[in-house]
Amino acid sequence: MASFHGNKINPSRFSLGQLKFFVFLVPLGIIMVLPIFFIFSQSLKPLDELFLYPPTFLVQKPTFENIGSLLTVADITRIPATKYLFNSLMITLFVVVLSLVISAMTGYALSKKQFRLRKVLFEVNTIALMFVPAAVTIPRYLVVEKLGLINTYMGHILPLLALPVGVFLIKQFVDQIPNELIEAAQIDGATDITVFAKIVMPIIQPAMATVAILAFQAAWNNTETSTLYMSQETLKTFAFYMTTLTSTVGNNVAGQGMAAAAALLMFVPNLIIFIFMQSRVMDTMAHSGIK
Amino acid sequence: MKSTSELAASKAIYTAEGQPSKQKWHQKRWVRNEWSAYLFLSPYLIMFTMFIIIPVIAAIGLSFTYFNTVQAPEFIGLQNYVNLLTQDSEFMMYVLPNTIKFALLVGPGGYILSFWLAWLLAQIPRKSRTLIALALYSPSLTAAVAMSVVWLIVFSGDSTGYLNAFLINWGFINEPIQWTQSPHYLMPIMMTVTLWNSMGVGFLAMLAGILNVNPEMYEAGYIDGIRNRLQEVWYITIPSMKPQMLFGAVMAVVGTFQAGEIGVQLSGANPTPQYAGQLLINHIADYGFIRYDMGYASAVSVVLLIVIYGFSKLSWRLFGEKD
Repeated sequence: MASFHGNKINPSRFSLGQLKFFVFLVPLGIIMVLPIFFIFSQSLKPLDELFLYPPTFLVQKPTFENIGSLLTVADITRIPATKYLFNSLMITLFVVVLSLVISAMTGYALSKKQFRLRKVLFEVNTIALMFVPAAVTIPRYLVVEKLGLINTYMGHILPLLALPVGVFLIKQFVDQIPNELIEAAQIDGATDITVFAKIVMPIIQPAMATVAILAFQAAWNNTETSTLYMSQETLKTFAFYMTTLTSTVGNNVAGQGMAAAAALLMFVPNLIIFIFMQSRVMDTMAHSGIK
Repeated sequence: MKSTSELAASKAIYTAEGQPSKQKWHQKRWVRNEWSAYLFLSPYLIMFTMFIIIPVIAAIGLSFTYFNTVQAPEFIGLQNYVNLLTQDSEFMMYVLPNTIKFALLVGPGGYILSFWLAWLLAQIPRKSRTLIALALYSPSLTAAVAMSVVWLIVFSGDSTGYLNAFLINWGFINEPIQWTQSPHYLMPIMMTVTLWNSMGVGFLAMLAGILNVNPEMYEAGYIDGIRNRLQEVWYITIPSMKPQMLFGAVMAVVGTFQAGEIGVQLSGANPTPQYAGQLLINHIADYGFIRYDMGYASAVSVVLLIVIYGFSKLSWRLFGEKD
């Protein structure tokens, strides 16, 4: 009969017994990052190395040629990549800020306000967690068209603002704030806005960070709004520009380096943001359960 | 414990003169709250209605029409659904079986993988855990478009493709294989890529869930006769983190159906070669944006929404807290 040998979950230090987990996890972790590592390596390869046969995984003589030519060479439509980059930056900035404010307000109201539709709305939102925008691409296009958002920046921004996962995560997080705290502030004469801005917002920062990451990913990686709602080339996003690079990769080896450089530019901001907010994300996830 | 006299006193306040005024006060507060609640909710409600509710309702509505985007939609009843079930041979022969195969392997597969990896990660100390978790999560940080660069080069059809070069080098094959253009290999490649990508938000939620299980639960479990770690996972870990399991499951369902575009990205064509990687999502785009039969495409959308809903309901059945 085995007996309890102390809790093995979440150990505070390394012990030999954990070796079996490392033996499995470390190689797996390496395999998982290989494709990402490959982007780095590929984007730093000079032209002659891209042509090599057999292909090499690691770059031998790293150069910034690809990144340089990506940023200076204009594509066939004579629009420089920096224009797409600028579009993406602006759109992402607005999506992140606006969806954060909207999600936080909604999460707060759903958690702390008493109103009749509260339960229903939260349940609708929970069902909407499984909403897959691509499934209703067509009616979404029709809505965007009717609102006159075709070929406008708003056409990129507005469709991304409703983020059910964001509202859900924030609501679960606000749930932990004791009601007494809010009531006490109200008794002291704090208005709704003050309560929200001075009490709720600071407490829910980890959840806000997490939602910021999700919104960032949704906006930064988004190609759909460019493909569907924008016919004007100057309004499209960097992620879309990438797809035009990769679609020619098959028969164009020189383009490979540029495409890889673009992929790198796509990936690095995601990574940096996540690394910085990693502990807050885990803090949020602890309250992410659907009850 | 309140003494009986105190209790009676407080009751008296409620039943006698206390209640009317208190009720009035409550009512006023209620109304004020109701107003301010909607004030806080309104931006989200507007966006949610415009870009989620209306599209879903419109899809249902359009699915009963013939709509070619030029003329106004024409009501044709259930014709689209009848056609879907009886006329659309590609749907029955390829799209539906492919979707089921893809969803069943990638959905639960990715989900179980996520849980298992999260559990393994919970067994090691914090610093190394954070590092490896980042490695496992990083694929889902990448955009599908960005990754298609990698996959297109790895699976490139000529001998400069990494997989071909590797296999030729080691003598497994003599001729390069057209990986992404081949009906045999496209589906397995799609699944591998999606599984690689499946350690996302749900994975993080489950990791946090496992780490937050009250340690005393395990102690109690061992006293009650749990004998190995498998039993420990089954009888203690999973039941104590059901909410996270459910969140993870819902995220897995969404991820699976959102990943559907990968086949078109890899093969560079819609429909995919011989419909080998054609999923419901691609079928919608095929009919909607290539053949401009929006009514029919909407009917397929409705089917997709029902399938997604069904999968999520199933997750609810498994992990939802009954009350």
